[in-house]
Amino acid sequence: MSSLQVNLRAKVFPGVAQAPPHHALASIKLTIKHGQFACITGPSGCGKTTLLNVLAGLDHDYDGEIHLPLISEHQQPVVGYVFQAPRLLPWRTVEQNLTLIKDRSASTADVGELLGLTGLTDFCHAYPERLSTGMQRRLALARAFVVEPDLLLLDEPFASLDEATAARLRLLLLEIWRRHSTTVIFVTHDLREAIQLGQRIIRLTGAPAKVDLDMPIPLNPAERLDTQVIEAWRTRILEVG
Amino acid sequence: MPTPANLWWSLISLLVLLGLWYLGASFADSRVLPGPLVVLSVLIEGVGSGEVPYHLAVTLARVAASFVLAMSIGVAVGIAMGRLLGLNRFLDSWLIFFLNLPALVTIILCYVWFGLIEVAAVLAVAINKIPNVVVTVREGARALDRDLDEMCRVYRLSGMARLRHVILPQLSPYLFASVRSGLALIWKIVLVVELLGRSNGIGFQLSVFFQMFDVANILAYSIAFIVVVQIIEWLGLRPLETALNRWRR
Repeated sequence: MSSLQVNLRAKVFPGVAQAPPHHALASIKLTIKHGQFACITGPSGCGKTTLLNVLAGLDHDYDGEIHLPLISEHQQPVVGYVFQAPRLLPWRTVEQNLTLIKDRSASTADVGELLGLTGLTDFCHAYPERLSTGMQRRLALARAFVVEPDLLLLDEPFASLDEATAARLRLLLLEIWRRHSTTVIFVTHDLREAIQLGQRIIRLTGAPAKVDLDMPIPLNPAERLDTQVIEAWRTRILEVG
Repeated sequence: MPTPANLWWSLISLLVLLGLWYLGASFADSRVLPGPLVVLSVLIEGVGSGEVPYHLAVTLARVAASFVLAMSIGVAVGIAMGRLLGLNRFLDSWLIFFLNLPALVTIILCYVWFGLIEVAAVLAVAINKIPNVVVTVREGARALDRDLDEMCRVYRLSGMARLRHVILPQLSPYLFASVRSGLALIWKIVLVVELLGRSNGIGFQLSVFFQMFDVANILAYSIAFIVVVQIIEWLGLRPLETALNRWRR
């Protein structure tokens, strides 16, 4: 059981054609304990997704060091990533979308149980394009858990959903996270969502982006459902900025 | 599968074509353009004697061998060229060379270099088809979804799993396009190959009938082959395509 350690000095996108190089991320130092649920907020376009892609190992072109958390049984860190779009395989059924990914990892996760938790059992033989957006997002969430990740990255996974559906999915995410006790990095531009979910809020601002706020959110599950508590914390955080 | 309404329309248009043929034949000299009934009786006679099935089978075997060879090499090279920029730059001029190389030149060169043997015949046909497959599949490989590609990398899908579940499904419209145009092109080239250097197959038979000025047999063999290709389309390709496209809304 190790923690996630980020020691990023800079992330620069080289200029294309006439455009100058884009300095996306400045120095970012973070340590996130094993099993912690951390939310990263900040205005859109500030580099949140860039940071996630670096953590996911999709982008190796950066200056710094990243140490991913590792559960002792795993040979190498396993990452689950819920992208902004669900990114499912439309030509494979709901169930196949999970089993295909699971077969590639040493996971012992129960596909049937995850389908049940996400309310997709009745649709396990359906193709993703026939599902509603909310169901597609639930499937993307189930896929991220089916590999039993050491680190779970979520990039505004509930954006573009109506508030009721998003609220249900947030509860679902918390429930699965408690069962699997994985380290979570949840990116959102919605501060209320961050307060409701996160044990810790990290805010990125500026260009290149750096951490301008890193605050623990010591709330119990009941308080997280209380809109007044959330509004109070929101005001507090906005005052700090 | 064709719907009943479509089937009726196909039947009507086919009957009109037969009618025009019949009319044309009754005006023309019967040796130059024999009527449908004459061709049908020649065809029945040929099928009965075993001549038509034998040469048809030989030609189909050559078509199948060249087709498998051309598709497997063409798809592999096409995917590689679509994905790897450097390889594409390097092979692009070769591709243009082979695309514009006349089929007849490939056939003659293969026979000159390898002799009048079966391998040379199949190879010559495949070389003619490969560039077309490469061009079509390369377009598909260029359009592969980068988002899914990233998803595969995060979840560490193996090369084989990626090919089977992510790449080939995305390429399937391009593959079907090259299979369809491939069958049509390949069987035409196979006939030329047979005409020039084989002693059996439909192409060989056509050259014999040409020398004897036997138009009825030439038409009978053509119709036999067109029917076979249509059967492949209806019983093989259409159901496969329907099955592979089930996921679409």
